[in-house]
Amino acid sequence: MAEFITVQTLNGLVYSMLLFVFALGLSTTFGLLRFVNLAHGSFLLLGAYVGMSTLRATNSYALAALAGAGIAGGIGLVLERLFFRKFYRRIDLDQVILSYGLALVFLDIAKMIWGKDIQSLPTPVWLSGGVEIASVTFPIYRLVLIGLGCALFAATWLTVERTRIGALIRASVDDRDMVGGIGFDVRGLFALVFAAGAMLAGLGGVLAGPITSVYPGLDFEILITTLIVVVIGGLGSISGVFWASLLIGITDTFGRALFPDSASFLIFGLMALVLLVRSWGVPEEEIE
Amino acid sequence: MTLSATTNERHREPVENRIDLILGLVIATGLGLAPLVGVSDFQLSLLLEVMIFAILAMSLNLILGYAGLVSFGHAAFFALGSYAAGVAANKLSPEIWVSLPIGVAIATLIAIPVGWLSIRLSGFYFLMITFAFAQMIYAVVYRWNSVTGGSDGLLIHGPTLLHESVLQSRQALYFFTLACFCLSFLAIQRIITSPFGRVLVGIRENTRRMRALGFNVRNYKLLAFTLAAAFAGLAGFINAQFTLFIAPESAHWTQSGTVLVMVLIGGTRSMVGSIIGAAIVLLLQHWLSSYTEYWSLALGVLFIGLIMWAREGIYGLAARAVVLLRKRAL
Repeated sequence: MAEFITVQTLNGLVYSMLLFVFALGLSTTFGLLRFVNLAHGSFLLLGAYVGMSTLRATNSYALAALAGAGIAGGIGLVLERLFFRKFYRRIDLDQVILSYGLALVFLDIAKMIWGKDIQSLPTPVWLSGGVEIASVTFPIYRLVLIGLGCALFAATWLTVERTRIGALIRASVDDRDMVGGIGFDVRGLFALVFAAGAMLAGLGGVLAGPITSVYPGLDFEILITTLIVVVIGGLGSISGVFWASLLIGITDTFGRALFPDSASFLIFGLMALVLLVRSWGVPEEEIE
Repeated sequence: MTLSATTNERHREPVENRIDLILGLVIATGLGLAPLVGVSDFQLSLLLEVMIFAILAMSLNLILGYAGLVSFGHAAFFALGSYAAGVAANKLSPEIWVSLPIGVAIATLIAIPVGWLSIRLSGFYFLMITFAFAQMIYAVVYRWNSVTGGSDGLLIHGPTLLHESVLQSRQALYFFTLACFCLSFLAIQRIITSPFGRVLVGIRENTRRMRALGFNVRNYKLLAFTLAAAFAGLAGFINAQFTLFIAPESAHWTQSGTVLVMVLIGGTRSMVGSIIGAAIVLLLQHWLSSYTEYWSLALGVLFIGLIMWAREGIYGLAARAVVLLRKRAL
């Protein structure tokens, strides 16, 4: 029993951290740009595939992570300039359809290049092996992921809360028109934030590869869980996203282990509950 | 930030509603004549499917286009109609007067609590909560093996009437579907032109003002949501009779997304638009998938083009063209 709890908690933490890396971009684009990006999963999928190909060609895990994150960030930047920029002031429905269309296109492009099969990304050799924690052997790679996730949380939190660019981001979440009005380059900031989010998603794809393997459909699978995280975490709040990732990651992991038949019922129910509790007693048109 | 109207709302009544009725009549007549002029069995099945999804798309347009509620879980009620009718046919009685009311009733009854909770939110959060409820319904039908057949789907008995098999031939089912399609079109058209429908449009345009005028906004939204689910359940029932098999994928969010796109492609300002949208998406899917396995890429490009350059849908484009031509003529 103790073993079960230890293993599931650790697995839940790993899953939470992957969700967090992926959700950061989705949450900031949602909070800052008011943009619902269903194509965010494509960054993850393309990042994972590019990382896989790079790893096979160069045998370097660092290069793979760099290439995956770089390509995803580049595509994010191009999409922002070409499409998303024009949709920041349109209604949610338009944004959803546009980004859903893009996600379908990228999914088929990925299938054309890398095929439809499930492919695995090997664990880096220097991180293979395990450590004993409370009489359970746990893979080092997964522990490193937990550490990376926490480090990323600290870094992004410090950036947003303690730096000048972070102050600009926070100000834009509150009132982007005012920030633009007093002379800051809001469009440049938006592009930067968007590209950074896409890059993190690509990096997340490479990091998740050894655990989830890579296949077409991974994009939507993770996207849906992440949407739940973003909705629960609230708009553009780094710590909100972090705690929501932990909540959903651990709930989902334990749910799958204990009630395999109703795990997804659990997390969707949790999201519906949070939405309802938050909005109870408020006229629906005033909910932000 | 509301959806931009291409035509002045005041002009819509009664001229454009009459145009919609005439267009609907033309479409129905064409569909009625199709089996008589000797279309193939395959084409007949395709038209059948178009009618089923046209009912589903019209039901979504009732809340999307008229009440301004973007539901991302509408397929759940379609699937509920199918499953309820299928389970009733298998376990209770395949009599059509049993399975049809049960299919529609279950979809409607489940829509009441789901709608009651969902309409407390608006915009993106309404979209997310309907999505959440639909995924929960999907999880149930996907896992409840003993009743729904789980991931294998559910084979159902063909319908009977007074112990005689009915709707077995493609032609019989075709005309049954056509009748349901026409009645649904007329009923939904009647709903949107009634005072109730005008209140829905008022809520879409300015919720606060309607509330200030004394309308119980949530009751109106809930009634619209429930009515839409009832028609979706009817579409689900017919689809179950058509395939005699129900796949859990019919409740999946991608199905909800497809219906949403059908409505948008046709144009949210008219029920005829939803019929056209359903036809375009289905025909395109069939046609493209016979050429290439990458047909969803083409669909994706279509969505992007639609939302970038033709936001009002085909019906809106046509209306704009008519206005232009009229100006020329003057």
